[in-house]
Amino acid sequence: MKVPYISKILATCLLLAVPCLSMAAWNINFQPGNTLLADDIQQLHLIVMIVCVVIFVGVFGFMFYAIFKHRKSVGHKASNFHENTTVEIIWTVIPFFILAGLAWPATETLLAMRDTSSPDMTIKATGYQWMWGYEYLDEGIQFYSALSTPQGQIDGTEPKTENYLLEVDNPVVVPVGKRIRVLTTASDVLHAWYVPALAVKQDAVPGFIRDTWFKAEETGVFRGQCAELCGKQHGFMPIVVHVVSQEDYDAWVAEQKQKISGKELGAPIKLVADSQ
Amino acid sequence: MEAAHAHDDGHDHVPSGLMRYVTTTNHKDIGSMYLWFSFAMFLVGGVMALTIRAELFQPGLQLVRPEFFNTMTTLHGLIMVFGAIMPAFVGFANWQIPMMIGAPDMAFPRMNNWSFWLLPPAASLLVLSLFVPGGGPGAGWTLYAPLTVQQGMGMDLTIFAIHILGMSSIMGSINIVTTILNMRAPGMTLMKMPLFVWTWLITAYLLIAVMPVLAGAVTMTLTDRHFGTNFFNAAGGGDPVMFQHIFWFFGHPEVYIIAIPAFGVVSQILPAFSRKPLFGYASMVYATASIAILSFLVWAHHMYTVGMPVEAQLYYMFATMLIAVPTGVKVFNWVATMWKGSMTFETPMLFAIGFLFLFTLGGFTGLVLAVVPVDVQLHDTYYVVAHFHYVMVAGALYAAFGGVYFWLPKWIGKMYDERLGKIHFWLSIIFFNIAFFPQHFLGLAGMPRRIPDYSLQFADFNMVSTIGAFGFGMAQIFFLYILLKAIRSGEPAPAKPWDGADTLEWTHLPSPAPYHSFEDPPQIR
Amino acid sequence: MSQDVKVTNRIMLRKLAVMSVLMFGFGYLLVPLYEKICDVTGINQIVKADEIGNTQVDDSRTIIVEFDSNSRGEHWYLKAIDSKKTVHPGELVEVIYELHNPSEKSVVGQAIPSYGPAYASQYIKKIDCFCFKQQEILAGQTQRLPVMFVIDSSVPDDVHTITLSFTMFEVEGAIVDEKES
Repeated sequence: MKVPYISKILATCLLLAVPCLSMAAWNINFQPGNTLLADDIQQLHLIVMIVCVVIFVGVFGFMFYAIFKHRKSVGHKASNFHENTTVEIIWTVIPFFILAGLAWPATETLLAMRDTSSPDMTIKATGYQWMWGYEYLDEGIQFYSALSTPQGQIDGTEPKTENYLLEVDNPVVVPVGKRIRVLTTASDVLHAWYVPALAVKQDAVPGFIRDTWFKAEETGVFRGQCAELCGKQHGFMPIVVHVVSQEDYDAWVAEQKQKISGKELGAPIKLVADSQ
Repeated sequence: MEAAHAHDDGHDHVPSGLMRYVTTTNHKDIGSMYLWFSFAMFLVGGVMALTIRAELFQPGLQLVRPEFFNTMTTLHGLIMVFGAIMPAFVGFANWQIPMMIGAPDMAFPRMNNWSFWLLPPAASLLVLSLFVPGGGPGAGWTLYAPLTVQQGMGMDLTIFAIHILGMSSIMGSINIVTTILNMRAPGMTLMKMPLFVWTWLITAYLLIAVMPVLAGAVTMTLTDRHFGTNFFNAAGGGDPVMFQHIFWFFGHPEVYIIAIPAFGVVSQILPAFSRKPLFGYASMVYATASIAILSFLVWAHHMYTVGMPVEAQLYYMFATMLIAVPTGVKVFNWVATMWKGSMTFETPMLFAIGFLFLFTLGGFTGLVLAVVPVDVQLHDTYYVVAHFHYVMVAGALYAAFGGVYFWLPKWIGKMYDERLGKIHFWLSIIFFNIAFFPQHFLGLAGMPRRIPDYSLQFADFNMVSTIGAFGFGMAQIFFLYILLKAIRSGEPAPAKPWDGADTLEWTHLPSPAPYHSFEDPPQIR
Repeated sequence: MSQDVKVTNRIMLRKLAVMSVLMFGFGYLLVPLYEKICDVTGINQIVKADEIGNTQVDDSRTIIVEFDSNSRGEHWYLKAIDSKKTVHPGELVEVIYELHNPSEKSVVGQAIPSYGPAYASQYIKKIDCFCFKQQEILAGQTQRLPVMFVIDSSVPDDVHTITLSFTMFEVEGAIVDEKES
């Protein structure tokens, strides 16, 4: 009686695990970047990691050497030294230089990252509980972008598809190779606009605008999520950015304008109060 | 015990049963209560953590609803920080500081009783908040405005709980500072104090300085919620980001309030088992003090993505990186203490080495996070979760475990089972790393924290992490068994079971330490 | 415990208690302090008219100013008539925002300005702005709200685009001015 029950559970677990295992790679690093800045950041991270690993191996090399050689069980007698001013000064000063060496490239990347001057176009992303609203300031296009994963997939009554929780009804569309400035703000509580491959994460603060930018190097679909706790559906308001060629972008803009031409420009779009 | 000796605060007759603990003003009783209370809270917070991990075992919502998930993350954080780790180290302080400086008791024994007995009501409020209309607080332990304004009554209970916990901490700290500064035995100069006492002196000052600021921040949240103030409401001229500034002005020193006493415990254990004095005592004191001071100047490194001016980001990045210097000095000193020692590896030593190794790892990920452009990618992802669990669990908690094993013979006069203690250590360290190391990878790949469900690319590491978390949880039940076994049937402990231990409680007192110790101050050479 | 120690302990207790009370006050002091810092660095200047130092128009360069708006609440809609303007530093610029209330309820609102990038607030000098005071808008009405500003000629050369954004909040139950201009 008991055994089949357990084997049933095990079988279910296995069946559930197989699609997950086959889909996900054991990815241990950043998502591949699609902006020069993302590459810079990954480079910077690599430098910091190398420095950390070298120091870590050095320091704990000493420690493990001591653990193996300076133990009572191998008959090591304890020395009695407890001070050495020269050594102490050296290991206070050297880290300063290492840190200064790290601060230099970090500062360069930071300055590039925060330089939002001379963008080619501006998009405003507004965080709502729980979806994103986008407004193309130059084109007058605006729309809402909400999770399109069916509730059944979340509750486990339907099999999960490839872009589970990372798909929306209306993605952001931007041209490739253009400096896109993103203004963020929020309607209710804090949100954060986060697309890993574009190296963009900017909090959206109700009542204020913040700005950030990206310049995509290649076309493609890039997915991210809200990164600031914003209430119960915080995990269910993804961001999808379609980077397309300039022609495709122009065509998309024309299509969007067609859609809104019927309406009075700038009329408030009725917001669905609670998406779920 | 010299019963004839006249003194004001000690009681020579000990009331029996529960009343002994309700009315006690004895630092040892209060220390034990703090430790048991924190262990109970550790289990409560642990159950919450396992609820979180169970939900995250697989993609999809299986066990809990998202709003309950948020409540779990919030209460897990608050209970572990304010209910488990901080009271645990206050428990150590109560037991050890008077014995280590040769004082008969704490400076204000009645206030000491009061500051402990504030904790159970506060913890009850936190747990109770789960059962009120509107559910528990779901805004994260950081309580960021304006999400807090939307929450139900559970948020008010949480705010009151924080007020009470804050009061308890402040009273406890005043007591500790006064005890250390005024009650030392003759000849015990400041620079002769054991490092554990030094670290608590510094920590207590930090607590007195920042707990009131947290109280202010949550009071502002409370008045914003109910009394129409607009501290954090842009519509009324406030700014939500200001809450973060005030919170982290408390929050960053808080990190060191948790870490510094852990440094102190480790600085007692490592020399004792290396049979060699602590290397660089003076530089340890200075490094601890400079960490404490720097901790007031770096708070906004928790807020790199709120849109600060770039100059501010640069300042906070440099200042934060600077903390690596004194922290490095401490790590180097500890390694140098072990160098050319004559080491044995009993359980306290194992936990101290585990602390040293994994805390340093957490320190390095902290350095990675200090670099603004990298942090912008990693902020609010699982990388941060992994980072602070390396510092809090492998750091503070391991030091606390080490401290318990180290001083248990002195506290109860019996030895724990060495073999079981070692098993506890290995189970803890293996499952801890299974639980938290993969979270670095999740964070790098971009998994945000505080989400109840995730996309399929994150499935594998989450499953591994959950398995590790449950293993870690089980290991702590085993710890409880080890404690109970030691208390019931442990071998009698000698006055000084550890060769290299040289502080007053080992050299001047029998095991278990008598109920009243050092009524006549010892002579310090 | 000897009497001496008791006395010094009490003194210590009093000092430390005062310190914690002071720190509680300091928590509150952070609020005006924060606003002061924001004022000095010009991050959130909300409701004050600015003084203009240099009125020299710099014809040699142009800056695109985008006019953004956000409306909180369902009662109204705020929109700039022109979404952007190209201006010279030092030039006096006037833009009109339209506030439309399609609902059947009159409301009072306060606009909060915000700038992208944030440091641009140091260079946008507002001479007149509807954000200096609360706006009452009757049901079904449309109002034209002016903003007059100058971009200071000291604006750095690499700034080519600035966003001026207003968020309109409803002032609940209030008709009178709370903030003086």
